Amino acid sequence: MSKMTLKIEGDTHVIVTRRFAAPPEALYRAHTDPELIQKWLLGPEGWTMPVCINDAKPGGKFRYEWTNGKGAGFHITGEYLEVSPFSRIVHVERMFLPDRTPDNHVETTFERDGEGSLMKIRMTLPDEKTRAMMLATGMEHGMEASYVRLEGMI
Amino acid sequence: MDGLDTKFSALADPTRRAILARLSLGEATVNELARPFEMSQPAISQHLKVLEDAGLILRRVEGTKRPRRLAKEGIEAMDQWLGMLRTALEKNYDRLDGVLANIDTQKKGEMR
Repeated sequence: MSKMTLKIEGDTHVIVTRRFAAPPEALYRAHTDPELIQKWLLGPEGWTMPVCINDAKPGGKFRYEWTNGKGAGFHITGEYLEVSPFSRIVHVERMFLPDRTPDNHVETTFERDGEGSLMKIRMTLPDEKTRAMMLATGMEHGMEASYVRLEGMI
Repeated sequence: MDGLDTKFSALADPTRRAILARLSLGEATVNELARPFEMSQPAISQHLKVLEDAGLILRRVEGTKRPRRLAKEGIEAMDQWLGMLRTALEKNYDRLDGVLANIDTQKKGEMR
């Protein structure tokens, strides 16, 4: 069963949606409380986030650092533009792979949906090329992570 | 690796995406592909070259014509990548389901 959708829209957007059983308040906290973020925003098995700094207020900054425990790692930094508990977060972020990628503008909304919530993420990249490159470099990471997982299985 | 960079870059152009959309309906010649666009045939040929170099379309020789069609393998490679991204994100959100379940039980009184 797949509750998540991922699609590209127009020339510069990437849209992700996902339903959750929990209410928007909990979802919002899980996106802004460092202790909670470190429990889930990890990507593939085997990766951890040893550094999670998050100051969720307008103008506040965040920094997430990931490692696979075997020498590979990367980090993201970002700034909050708008923060409306418990419904909407707007921020910009960029990855360091280690080279800095162009800024990704991200709007995240949490809407009540029956007993649970519907989360929508709308990413806006500066231009088509950057979106293309983001999707393409993400591949290398996805692949790397898959290899790491594979290592664990064999 | 057979350039995903090249593939995604090739897609980063509205004319080339329109060409791919047209080819998803079936094979077409350069003339047929050029018709809906206000573009010279050389300009369209240039776009076709980018798509071909990226492994997204194939060409066939039929007399003097060179009809193009979608390259299944090239398209599937991109689709596979999107699938992998989806899987990584889904893993995050599956874990988040667990985290949220704990918040719900532990912090119910505190929430409001």
